[in-house]
Amino acid sequence: MPFREGPLGDLKVPLTWTAAVALIVAVVIAVAFLLADRRETLQQQAYGVTRQTVDTVSKPVSGVIAAPGRWTGVGVDAVRNYFFAGSENARLKEELREMRVYRDRYLALVDENERYKSLLGLKTDPPIPMVAARVVADSRGPFANTRLADAGKEKGVVVGNPVMNERGLVGRVVGVAPGASRVLLLTDIASRTPVMIDRTNSRAILTGDGGPNPKLEYLRGSEPIQAGDRVVTSGDGGVVPRGLPVGAAVKGLDGRWRVVLFADSASIDYIRILLFKDFAQLADQQALAAKVLPPVITENPEQSILGPAKPATPPPAAPAAPGATTGAAPAAPKPTTTPAATTTRPPAATRPATSTPATAPARTPQ
Amino acid sequence: MTGARPLNPGRWLGVPMLFVILATILFAAPIRMWGLQLPEPIFAMVPAFAWAVIRPSILAPFALLLLGLFLDTFWGGPTGLWGLSLLVAYACVLAGRNMLTGQSRPMLWAWYAGASALSMTAGFLFTMMDSLAMPSLVAVFWQFLATALLFPFAHRLIDRFEDADVRFR
Repeated sequence: MPFREGPLGDLKVPLTWTAAVALIVAVVIAVAFLLADRRETLQQQAYGVTRQTVDTVSKPVSGVIAAPGRWTGVGVDAVRNYFFAGSENARLKEELREMRVYRDRYLALVDENERYKSLLGLKTDPPIPMVAARVVADSRGPFANTRLADAGKEKGVVVGNPVMNERGLVGRVVGVAPGASRVLLLTDIASRTPVMIDRTNSRAILTGDGGPNPKLEYLRGSEPIQAGDRVVTSGDGGVVPRGLPVGAAVKGLDGRWRVVLFADSASIDYIRILLFKDFAQLADQQALAAKVLPPVITENPEQSILGPAKPATPPPAAPAAPGATTGAAPAAPKPTTTPAATTTRPPAATRPATSTPATAPARTPQ
Repeated sequence: MTGARPLNPGRWLGVPMLFVILATILFAAPIRMWGLQLPEPIFAMVPAFAWAVIRPSILAPFALLLLGLFLDTFWGGPTGLWGLSLLVAYACVLAGRNMLTGQSRPMLWAWYAGASALSMTAGFLFTMMDSLAMPSLVAVFWQFLATALLFPFAHRLIDRFEDADVRFR
């Protein structure tokens, strides 16, 4: 029976009311999405298939849109280089003269450092591989500061990898899709990065707020910071390697210490993704992931240092001092209890990485 | 009676949605001029205001929700943040629709700026609750300013479709 012929056929609901109901339903759906969002956890699981698909589709589209701007920049640079080649050449020669002095000092310090390391037996961090990528999209609002880079899963990028440009730290990867990865900038409100003041070694947490200069929170130590101090990553927590340049400290208008990011002094068209996840990769992964446990060797009673097992005979009736009897009594049951204790020990792979402290910074944290 | 003919949703909802998406992608290009980046206005505020003024609709809230979800996924923000913020502004404009009808252009601009401020305030509060941190007020103000300058597009959309369905005049 058609609906209009039924008892509700003449029922007319004002459109305003149905629109209000639709609005409430839409609001409820939006609230549900917001409550279910786990972006702040910065985990791969929180970066769902929808976001990955949008990133994969956005990459070529945004790349095409960004291309004219990039070409214009290249053209302007070429013209500038042509007209200012002479002055730039003079500047570079002067810089080269200064750098020669630094190079000699650097080589001497490297040699000295190597000797100290060998003397102290320090285990140094291995070199971290990098992937170069181009930024194709950029969000700069107060509630989200991210960039979309054109390197993804196929290049080995994983969630958590730190991202740099030629000047300093930019942020870290929070989502990876085929051919694209989403970089959370240091300025994003969800960004928290452990840093330290290079001069005093004081620790702090760099906290983004959507503005251009992130805040330094939880500063520790007495007089830990001065304007102009260089801020670098501390490596605490294993999120990013130690010593990456971040920026210079400034006092904000609100009285808080903030950081002028080195990365902002250059364009962030091209970035380098450090294939560094956490300190676990610095340990011997093969040894940690060994699935074959070392064999459990039980003691052969025939070859035991305690001698062959004797039949249960009553102890000699000769009376002895109390101290002598208590010392000999536990000798017999020992071989049977030891293997049981060995098998209950947790496997090596499940234990925490004992070699991690060896890769810890040489400086003493405050 | 052509005046009672309902609007074609593809024309008054679909086409503006498409333009909003295109403009958002365009302004997300990583371009710097003299060291300055492009502004990042909320283009979706234009239909959020205009759709509420044109007429009440069942589809418009869901279209706004979709736009908000697109903004969240494209910009990498919390899912649902812009959907909810835009719907708050849409609901307030829809509730005050009778007061808006027949207002002059500057007055409508003031209303549009108020709706944008309301949406940004909602986004500010939701972000605070979601991230347990306070976003930069200066950054919020700049985005509000860039969004408020988009009113001419909203006015054009209202002019185009306000008289299309006489039942809601």
